[in-house]
Amino acid sequence: MSFLKLENVCKSFGGAPVLKEVNLSLIEGEFVAIVGYSGQGKSTLMSLIAGLTQPDSGTIMLEGKPVTGPGPDRGLVFQNYSLLPWLTVAENIALAVEAVFPAFTPAESAAHVAKYIAKVKLSHASDRLPAQLSGGMKQRVSVARTLAINPRILLLDEPLSALDALTRANLQDEISQIWQSDKKTVILITNSVDEALYLADRIIPLTLGPGATLASPITVDLPRPRDRIALNHEPEFKRLRAQITAQLLGYGAQRKQTVSRKLVLPDILPEDLDAPRVKRPPRRPSEEKRELVITN
Amino acid sequence: MSQFLEISRLHKTFPTPKGPLTVVKDFTLHIRRGEFIALIGHSGCGKSTVLSMAAGLTDVTEGAIILAGKEVVGAGPDRGVVFQAPCLLPWFTAFENVMLGVDQVYYTASRLERRQIAEYYLSLVGLADAMHKRPAELSQGMRQRCGIARAFALSPKMLLLDEPFGMLDNLTKMELQDVLLDLWQRDQKTALMVTHDVDEALYLADRIVMMTDGPEATVGDILEVPFARPRDRRAMLENPEYYRLREYLIHFLNERSHHRPASSDQPPSPPAASAPTPAAIHRSHAPVAAGRH
Repeated sequence: MSFLKLENVCKSFGGAPVLKEVNLSLIEGEFVAIVGYSGQGKSTLMSLIAGLTQPDSGTIMLEGKPVTGPGPDRGLVFQNYSLLPWLTVAENIALAVEAVFPAFTPAESAAHVAKYIAKVKLSHASDRLPAQLSGGMKQRVSVARTLAINPRILLLDEPLSALDALTRANLQDEISQIWQSDKKTVILITNSVDEALYLADRIIPLTLGPGATLASPITVDLPRPRDRIALNHEPEFKRLRAQITAQLLGYGAQRKQTVSRKLVLPDILPEDLDAPRVKRPPRRPSEEKRELVITN
Repeated sequence: MSQFLEISRLHKTFPTPKGPLTVVKDFTLHIRRGEFIALIGHSGCGKSTVLSMAAGLTDVTEGAIILAGKEVVGAGPDRGVVFQAPCLLPWFTAFENVMLGVDQVYYTASRLERRQIAEYYLSLVGLADAMHKRPAELSQGMRQRCGIARAFALSPKMLLLDEPFGMLDNLTKMELQDVLLDLWQRDQKTALMVTHDVDEALYLADRIVMMTDGPEATVGDILEVPFARPRDRRAMLENPEYYRLREYLIHFLNERSHHRPASSDQPPSPPAASAPTPAAIHRSHAPVAAGRH
């Protein structure tokens, strides 16, 4: 039986279809990456699984039970961190822990929070406010908060997209390590093929909207633990990287305008603005006039 | 005159409370007409400072930048700059943003001709149907397309691109790389692009200039990119040579960028770019080059 199952899920906003007949099936402990363009409904899909919005039709089942609203069995990590600015790192995490584990004594709660702060290597910063943290550190707090409520499935909604390349690589390593030690089921949404190939067991491209849906999954058969440098030598990595990139760019090519119009580029040269302005016809190069019809 | 842009012995010093800080030291680079150069290095190494000096937006402390036989002093329309943020005026449409420069530079041309120039470039970057929208109505990728059209429309001698796709998601980035390459090939422009994306540099550039870490950043190494044009991204991504070069660049950024190529009292000689070798990769390690002096 699949752990998470989406069947014919459709969602539209104001009559405009966003997602159409989305089918997805995950087994427990699997790491799945969904790759697609911005604005095509990736985050809508995440909100549906998290229970923050309801599908127009179709069903979402987690461990055999239908998803009807948000719950601590699904942990969501947002791109924008979503930390409360007036609470410290420890207080932000404690807020979630106390809501999910009301039976904890204050000491148990504090120990639990400290354990997860240590897991994302932020013990030195547990008394800082979010404003005193870098983007990468904020995202680590957000990951720690999600892990601390011990969800059945982790939903990562472009968690690393706002970070620079170096911080991004470090956090990818941390996510990979956490996933390997905890063996949680993970859905990662990303726009980076490299990130997906580095982390996931399966990659599912999202087609272009309106009415986007999931394309056939691609199995990433690369040995773990994965090493960024070693992957460069892996023929399978190169093949998948080229294949998935081409597939996604193919979707992008479809949405190009199909209008064709005649464009004229006048054969004139720019003026030297340092020279005094004169009234005279424009300077023209000696070569012949360029004129062409563009069809995009 | 084979060198189109000559950056010679460039130094840049900023005053700080602790005394002057030399950010860029002895940076020498010669670019041929029509060449596409990518400048890579870590954040804050000074690559944008070099570009900014070439654009004339930052003063040169020592050394010179000569574009087509004329020294660069101040900003001018002969160099088209594309910034990381599109920097469009929000109360103007995309078309009006492009026209702002076009009206200046082609002031002798007719109103119709000027419109045609703006429409031509805006259509080529894929904004044919959106050129009369304001920046707020455009996606980040579309705004950056407008920034590219604005730079090309002035028919500059040289294009200076400062991480133009740094703010875009990976897929939009790849689309815009193709837009840029298409225009660059069509207009046969000379381009200098700052990036920290190794894949982007390999896909776009003829030569990749690797900068050492600042302060006192300089040219650490130059990589000649051997792939024929027009380039096919899919074929490149499956090419073992591509991954060899990619690893070479990553190795430089991870390991070698921390070391200056020569002792600071002995200036490194200009990179061997002025005498290109047929080899796919030629290294301009200054310790070797310095031996000739």
